[in-house]
Amino acid sequence: MSAVVENTEKVSIEIDGQTVEVPKGASIIAVADELGIDIPRFCYHSKLSAPANCRMCLVDVEMGGRPVPKPLPACITTVADGMVVRTASERALKAQQGVMEFLLINHPLDCPICDQGGECELQDLALGYGRSVSRFVEGKRVVKDENLGPLIATEMTRCIHCTRCVRFLDEIAGTSELGAMHRGEHTEIGTLVGDGVHSELSGNIIDLCPVGALTSRPYRFTARAWEMTSHAGIAPHDCLGSNVELHQLRGRIKRVVPRDNEAVNECWISDRDRFSYEGAVSENRLLAPLLRDGDQWHEVDWQTALEAVANALRDTVDAHGAEAVGSLISPSATLEEMALHSALMRALGSDNIDTRLQRADFRDATSPQGFPGIETDFSELDNQDTVLLIGSYPRQEQPLLNHRLRKAALAGGHVLAINPCGFDWNFDLSQELIAHVAELPAVLAATARELARKKGLEEPAALSAWQTPSSVSADKIEQLAVVLASDGKKTVLSGALVEGHPAGAELRYLGALIAELSGAAYGALTPGANSAGAWLAGALPDRRPDGSAARGLNAQSMLTNPLKAYLLHGIEPEHDCHDPQLAAQAFAAAEHVIALSSWDTPALREQASILLPLAAFGETAGTFVNANGHWQIFGGVGQPLGEARPGWRVLRVLGNILGTPGFDYEAPDQIHAEVKTRAGDAAVARPSVEQAVAAQRASDGMQRVGMPALYGVDALSRHAPALQATDQAQPAVVLLNPSDAVAQGLTEGGKVSVTQGSASQTFAVHPDERVPAGSFWLAGGLSNTAGLGAMIGSATLVAAGTDA
Amino acid sequence: MSGAAKPVEEGLTEQERIEIDAWLTRFPDSAEGKRSAVIPALHIVQHNSGGWLPRARMDAVAEYLELAPTRVYEVATFYGMFDVEPVGRHKVNICTNISCMLRGSNEIVEYAEKKLGIRLGETTSDGRITLKREEECLAACAGAPMMLVDEVYYTELTPEKIDQILDELE
Repeated sequence: MSAVVENTEKVSIEIDGQTVEVPKGASIIAVADELGIDIPRFCYHSKLSAPANCRMCLVDVEMGGRPVPKPLPACITTVADGMVVRTASERALKAQQGVMEFLLINHPLDCPICDQGGECELQDLALGYGRSVSRFVEGKRVVKDENLGPLIATEMTRCIHCTRCVRFLDEIAGTSELGAMHRGEHTEIGTLVGDGVHSELSGNIIDLCPVGALTSRPYRFTARAWEMTSHAGIAPHDCLGSNVELHQLRGRIKRVVPRDNEAVNECWISDRDRFSYEGAVSENRLLAPLLRDGDQWHEVDWQTALEAVANALRDTVDAHGAEAVGSLISPSATLEEMALHSALMRALGSDNIDTRLQRADFRDATSPQGFPGIETDFSELDNQDTVLLIGSYPRQEQPLLNHRLRKAALAGGHVLAINPCGFDWNFDLSQELIAHVAELPAVLAATARELARKKGLEEPAALSAWQTPSSVSADKIEQLAVVLASDGKKTVLSGALVEGHPAGAELRYLGALIAELSGAAYGALTPGANSAGAWLAGALPDRRPDGSAARGLNAQSMLTNPLKAYLLHGIEPEHDCHDPQLAAQAFAAAEHVIALSSWDTPALREQASILLPLAAFGETAGTFVNANGHWQIFGGVGQPLGEARPGWRVLRVLGNILGTPGFDYEAPDQIHAEVKTRAGDAAVARPSVEQAVAAQRASDGMQRVGMPALYGVDALSRHAPALQATDQAQPAVVLLNPSDAVAQGLTEGGKVSVTQGSASQTFAVHPDERVPAGSFWLAGGLSNTAGLGAMIGSATLVAAGTDA
Repeated sequence: MSGAAKPVEEGLTEQERIEIDAWLTRFPDSAEGKRSAVIPALHIVQHNSGGWLPRARMDAVAEYLELAPTRVYEVATFYGMFDVEPVGRHKVNICTNISCMLRGSNEIVEYAEKKLGIRLGETTSDGRITLKREEECLAACAGAPMMLVDEVYYTELTPEKIDQILDELE
């Protein structure tokens, strides 16, 4: 039974003397919470089912003038007309105190060494309802701890069996990894088999745990709740921009917890949002500006470094023209940093600026009417009747958006997917069409044709350019079209595999066409936290900050036609570029590569000529614009480590040294305000269906398919030790169709050498029939995929023995 | 009886599927109905797995009933009649609930422990007998003290009867 009841039918009840009209079917505890009446509870949580197993919320109830013989649990007792509830009567209090005494029987008195101490629901309620001296003199039970993985620390002796964690993993995460094993006195929360917890949302059970049984492993014993101050922040990893609170002590982030925002992340955050802060205090942080002198690096002061940057830029412009300078920016840079970068490049005379590092196909121009994003409100995704995912695995891309799709599916909605590979979904897709990566445009075109037929619409002439797909049957496409043609709330979403697809422009055009034909909303699951901000700030080659059109080089052309000087912001090219190998070649040929980075990595030392230390997550103020177009502002929490400085400050001073007009900002909100004024009422825009993108011949041979791994999406998550210790961050494995494996003489556990261009790397093999023959899955952003070629593109596979 | 020497199947055998299907017809044809069949399914599988439930066999039940394995583990650990650790060829369950206790089950337990050289919850070193821990009332109070050996009830126990019954177990 869900706690939140939206019922227009009302009943009248009296609760603690107040007479109120409340929705029929609501639980007493939900009604009390609305009214601000505090009923003690442990197992109840408004987002989870109510099992009524802690009994702490017992209240006194009277129906029809007669008291109910025993106190009732408020979490599963629904209101009824004429009900009288007393939450603090003598009988209710006595019942609550009795429950508290039983709960404390086996609970250890280790509050002084417990991380939950000071923010513990049991501690708080024990203060109000517990006895000052325990009557229980027998021995307390002890429970052996289980290793749940690198993120969650356990102290199961403290567990009071509220089962919130069990229900969260079952109902929200969909992984059902924990259970209540054994019985009665011997009940233990655990996996029984020792598999640990692997959900991408697992950290939420730390927040849900009312006691110190489940605590954050990276945070363990590093601070006390009351010492820290809390600051509102925005998670910097995906286009949702989950709202978080950063808890800091003496200028250092100690942990990250969710901040409630029903429109974005509800009360949850993903593990990536929760544990990535560790990257900001990583020992790999770049702490001072560095200048290269041959093979040597020298630490210099900021003035020297920025003058060197200014000279490098001026020299390049003088010698080769401004077109020889290009800027590649992380899609998770702040709006302010993007705006200054854009202004700086335009002042130099170059339009070569881009944040779309993962994009492979630039044949479709930037939409001039608005920014890329999702037309459907995040909260509305929960109750869509139909969602079509194209080239997407949101569980990895935007874990909490996936949670909303899961809610839609559980409520009876149809979630459909057209993908180049099967994935581990945590809900049942209504239909999953898996086609060879090169056939995706043909599958979409066939779907659009079938959809037009079903809707009795004229088939757009451009669709004839794509042939009938061979790997997906006409029946399956028809079934998909039937669902898309039916009535209801519908959304088409395109994901990371469209972004990185060599025919991505075709997929975007066809996706928008399918949305148009079916009357669905359209959405792009954009990379990084701020792809919308990049459009708004004009950090694009074809859109200047003032909104005027331009014709600069995009992220791909900047690398295929090597430039003389590159400015890199917040990226690790060996992971973050669509084709890291191409990027490495371009940087090697350049005269100057100036990298603003929070981390000092061997690859940057090899590729860059100047390294500028950038403030990391939590150390800089700024704005992220999410895929729904919410401008979410956050402040800096602590001083940047070492000599690192916020990007907007570095760029402002660089602008001053270069004599760029208008660079006299004193705070990021001035830049924010300027961008906001220029942006006017810009909103999310979908790809144009007016101008068809022509079909191009797909490349032959074995194709690599991949997208950044869950914890490989950006430098911050890659430098977070706990995240990197999870299963999801282990070295990449080649997944390929069993028929291809047999043909190549590969078996489970064998090794295969993957060659793309001049780069080769050896990987373990895992035959998987969800990968279409003629392609293999190999993720990006992992330790052993650095420097390979395009994440989706041609590759050769050669067996490399059983053990390298 | 238990204690079959043949290798334990990892998945479900055809016969096991037939038996579980027969139980499934007694419950509603829904996810909840399938969940209701967990207990009979575990009995069937445990019977064929040397008297206990190896993980792979519980996972096979979970897969067949379309449940998360954890939900099956919870049931298997909740009930005393299921074992998730290896057991002896014979399981001896001496009732220690109130009626049997009043009729001297504590002495019976002590006698059996001494005779076998093991404590409740342990298995003899020859793998012959497991003395189960905490057996709840088996509804044979009229014959207290009583015990359940594998699937047979023995009532009105005395040390002599214990000797006779246990010695006959192979």
